[in-house]
Amino acid sequence: MNTPILQMRGITKTFPGVKALQDVTLQVNRGEVHAICGENGAGKSTLMKVLSGVYPHSSFDGQILFETEPCEFSSISDSEKRGIVIIHQELALSPYLSIAENIYLGNEQAHRGWVDWRKTNLEAAKLLARVGLSENPVTPVQQISVGKQQLVEIAKALSKEVKLLILDEPTAALNDEDSGHLLDLILHLKGQGVTCIIISHKLNEIRKIADAVTIIRDGKTIETLRLGDGEITQERIIRGMVGRDLESLYPDRDPQIGEEVLRIEDWSVRHPQDHSRMVVNNASLNVRKGEVVGLAGLMGAGRTELAMSVFGRSYGTATSGKVFKHGTEINTGTVSAAIKHGIAYATEDRKLYGLNLIEDIKRNVSMAALRKLVKGGWVDKNQETLVANSYRKDMNIKAPSVAAITGKLSGGNQQKVVLSKWMFSDPDVLILDEPTRGIDVGAKFEIYTIIAKLAAEGKAVIVISSELPELLGICDRIYTLSAGHVTGEVPIAEASQETLMHYMTKEKE
Amino acid sequence: MSALRESLGFLTSRLRQVGIFVALILIVLLFQILTDGILLQPQNVTNLVVQNSYILILAIGMVMVIIAGHIDLSVGSVAGFIGAVAGVMIVHWGWDWWLAIPACLLVGALVGAWQGYWIAYVGIPAFIVTLAGMLIFRGLTLIVLQNQQITPFPGELRALGGGFLPDISGGTSVLEWLTVILGVGATLALVIQAVKERRIRKKFELENEPMAWFATKTAFIALLMLTITFLLASYRGTPIVLIVLAVLVIVYTALMNNSVFGRHTYALGGNLHAAELSGIKTKVVTFRLFVNMGVLAALAGLVFTARLNSAQPAGGTGFELDAIAAAFIGGAAVTGGIGTVAGAMIGGLIMGVLNNGMSILGLGTDYQQLIKGLVLLLAVGFDIFNKNRSGKGGDSIIKRLKLKSPPAAGDDAGKPADERPVPVAAGN
Repeated sequence: MNTPILQMRGITKTFPGVKALQDVTLQVNRGEVHAICGENGAGKSTLMKVLSGVYPHSSFDGQILFETEPCEFSSISDSEKRGIVIIHQELALSPYLSIAENIYLGNEQAHRGWVDWRKTNLEAAKLLARVGLSENPVTPVQQISVGKQQLVEIAKALSKEVKLLILDEPTAALNDEDSGHLLDLILHLKGQGVTCIIISHKLNEIRKIADAVTIIRDGKTIETLRLGDGEITQERIIRGMVGRDLESLYPDRDPQIGEEVLRIEDWSVRHPQDHSRMVVNNASLNVRKGEVVGLAGLMGAGRTELAMSVFGRSYGTATSGKVFKHGTEINTGTVSAAIKHGIAYATEDRKLYGLNLIEDIKRNVSMAALRKLVKGGWVDKNQETLVANSYRKDMNIKAPSVAAITGKLSGGNQQKVVLSKWMFSDPDVLILDEPTRGIDVGAKFEIYTIIAKLAAEGKAVIVISSELPELLGICDRIYTLSAGHVTGEVPIAEASQETLMHYMTKEKE
Repeated sequence: MSALRESLGFLTSRLRQVGIFVALILIVLLFQILTDGILLQPQNVTNLVVQNSYILILAIGMVMVIIAGHIDLSVGSVAGFIGAVAGVMIVHWGWDWWLAIPACLLVGALVGAWQGYWIAYVGIPAFIVTLAGMLIFRGLTLIVLQNQQITPFPGELRALGGGFLPDISGGTSVLEWLTVILGVGATLALVIQAVKERRIRKKFELENEPMAWFATKTAFIALLMLTITFLLASYRGTPIVLIVLAVLVIVYTALMNNSVFGRHTYALGGNLHAAELSGIKTKVVTFRLFVNMGVLAALAGLVFTARLNSAQPAGGTGFELDAIAAAFIGGAAVTGGIGTVAGAMIGGLIMGVLNNGMSILGLGTDYQQLIKGLVLLLAVGFDIFNKNRSGKGGDSIIKRLKLKSPPAAGDDAGKPADERPVPVAAGN
């Protein structure tokens, strides 16, 4: 039982300018369920991509031994041949093809180039029985729920005679019932001799099914805990996940907190496709003048969804709840109404949702409040240039002029353009979603300084971030979200990474 | 020396805009030689303007639709339909031109509203809606005309297609003086505007064109306008439709550059999600764009009908393709967000000169279509080739910078270290 099936030794993977993995070691024994834990961006997914050949063997250093043989995979198909199958967080199914077609996609049950449909559907039905999914194999994948689609992915993996199954956050998109079913299936497969690696944020799940846990932090292996070593406690895992040195990278603030500006009450949002899923569930929170409030939560906790649904119903369906500004209820049903009420939302994906990358800085800065520049029916372009120039100086946007195309700026400077755009719309409440994602350390400090300045000017700021040290460094108060529920409200004086992580992984009954 | 290098660098960075302009000149010169000078004879220049006016009118609306990331395949049929409606109103019902023209433009607006509704509010792709519109309005044209042409039209309407501004010298002078006054005036206004804009750019420290390039460009455009003025003035003067077209170009250029509506059009073509999340009412903008396209298609239909002096069942067939080609040759991006009215006009003129020159040479429609198709393909191909090349160049520069800088976290690792502010240690 204790023979290793997989050994990864000294894995180091470098992206231009970033060491994503540094001398990582992982040992997985045959027939166990092995969990990998770590914060967002710790390097878990990168490690799995190294293992499955998404990153070819020439692009990283280190050694992989599978069933005691050294492996050099150049592509996913190489690793699949050896029986290593990865199921990604975003499911890779073709929505319009049937379940059976999806299971044998790229591995068609064919005879001389012609698909044998009888065999395809019969074999698919057998696999579906193995994963406990009672659906007709000819049903289009689109018509079944996300939870069932996850099972189709596993059936697909089984069709490839999998020895080592890797699941990347398999329950992040599932409701409780489907999650439970999936975890039972993993245990069932373990009984059939399939070794499993599961990446998960949900510590109660890990405790339920894992035989061993490897904790990764900042691209390094911290430790591997085995059930034999004693109880795997939640606290133990949390300490491993967050226990890094706090670097002093935050500006000093002297918060002057005034009256309440925005209050959200009983806010609920359903998933736009899967209406049975509550993405945000009865969330209530408030933010006061001059205050920086953090929203902490793991992937899939509903932070972005909460913010976007408040900002003009930009996410989800069947949204319910109330928004109050200065004590009066307001309607934020469209983005322009939200902006009129002084709410601004700077997206987490600035390239996809934040900027017009083919336009210059000034036109991006003026985009959300162009009407402020209208004089006699026409846009005053001189005024526009002046405005953009003043933001360029204030924000220290590094560009030859405000006529520079935003697509050519660095991430930090792009983020400053996004912030300029929203500051020009003159909001009372700014919601900043992952304001420092993909930005280098120096530019991060500048963004923090801007946030501090906004608060000092009397704006109410909500910061959504996956980096707990960041929230601890800049916020006055932090809400934690877990599975759509607000699970905690922690004043900064009482907040630590451990307490936050405790609330973030707490399940609400 | 450095000024020269700067100019060259600028020219390569604007290869597209400069290239299209140079292409027009080369094509004009080529046909001027091939046709033994017939191309630039006063009468033919006048013909060129009048013949292409309706395509140019369509191209204005088309480039706006394309900038927003859509397309309109129905404009040819809509132009034909409006021609038919005008025929019924004026010839059958005996309406006066001053009543019929606004009525036709209103019908055009309704047609645009119909298509805009399906595209903006129902969410059917513009390609499908306007493909359907192409069939629907061709069908309606045939129904309205009962498959027979309507002719003749009264002189007031015909003036819109083939009329000229009155000759103030009473036909005694070699040159038509009103045209000279208008042409010289317009040229002066253009030069003054260009100098003014350059000053403003300098004042706000925006990147400016190198002086040498600016002077050459402005002088050349002025010379071109004066030449056209001279040629028009030595034939019958200013075609009325040229005045209509000039007003449209000025108004729509201003609209696209300086109005909230125009700027929102660019924004939603450049990044629809970002535009929506910036509070831009993207559906309203899309709807209005198609209403506008309908009005311009109606105007083009009126001009075309007036020029032919008849409303014909097949009127306007294939106009959409010329208008779309004009917009793309003129530098509009297939993915939206990029394009100018002026560019579309140059694109339209390239197509027009090709048509006209090849007709003078007596080339058949077979070869004309072949050559026009190749020109469109080459123009857009050049665009994409150019974009890819500059993209690769950009990458290699970034990579070179990255090798020099010490490894650091995040996207910004490419920045030289001295640009980064020093993190301040805060005792928390």
